[in-house]
Amino acid sequence: MTAGAINTFVLLTSSLSVVLAHAAIEKGDREKSFKYIWYTIGFGLVFLIIKTYEYTGKIIHGHTITDNLFWSFYYTMTGLHALHVIGGMVIMALISFDIRKGYNFQRVELIGIYWHFVDLVWIFLFPLFYIANF
Amino acid sequence: MSETHEHPNYVKIWYWLLVLLAISVAGPMLEVPAITLITAFGIAIIKSFLVAANYMHLKFEKKIIWLLLILALCLLGVFFFGTAPDIMMTEGDQWIDCIADKSCIEQRL
Repeated sequence: MTAGAINTFVLLTSSLSVVLAHAAIEKGDREKSFKYIWYTIGFGLVFLIIKTYEYTGKIIHGHTITDNLFWSFYYTMTGLHALHVIGGMVIMALISFDIRKGYNFQRVELIGIYWHFVDLVWIFLFPLFYIANF
Repeated sequence: MSETHEHPNYVKIWYWLLVLLAISVAGPMLEVPAITLITAFGIAIIKSFLVAANYMHLKFEKKIIWLLLILALCLLGVFFFGTAPDIMMTEGDQWIDCIADKSCIEQRL
């Protein structure tokens, strides 16, 4: 459960950094927004690394996706969630380069909302699979 | 999309999210399943409301957006509770779950 709690902390902080990126670009500060978007991408990477460590540990213990009903749900939902995190990170990187060149500022808000959705899903996955998994 | 609007103190919201996270992690330590469920999911609902209202700025949009959100959640509920009987039960009046109840596989062969 510790890894799950740390991941929740990482994603909550990444939501903070992406909303600060949005606040920065609203004031027209392109460099600061660029920096905060890359902080968010960094937090996403930390999330994925912790996830990899978790999956490895569980698979070594024999808990694979076909083990039983709980594990098939666990891997499907956290796996799909992780794919969405990766997709979000890629798009954020592309948007960061755009805003640094000075166009499409509105996309920071849009990718921010996407990233908050990814965080919201995790806010529910965490109690479902880590806290209340009895 | 360049209207500036008032915004909350994002860092303060972040502190509250972390406090709620700490409470939800501490919940299971009391070892009462009912309290664990209430803290875990109740706090998840509060956290998601904080993120949606403040980080996604729903608090500063027109009120109808909350109605759209609730409609989407109702649809999600239909999805869950519609498929729940299939997943949670192993037999009904007219059917047996042939994978859970392995004896039916031999009969069919």
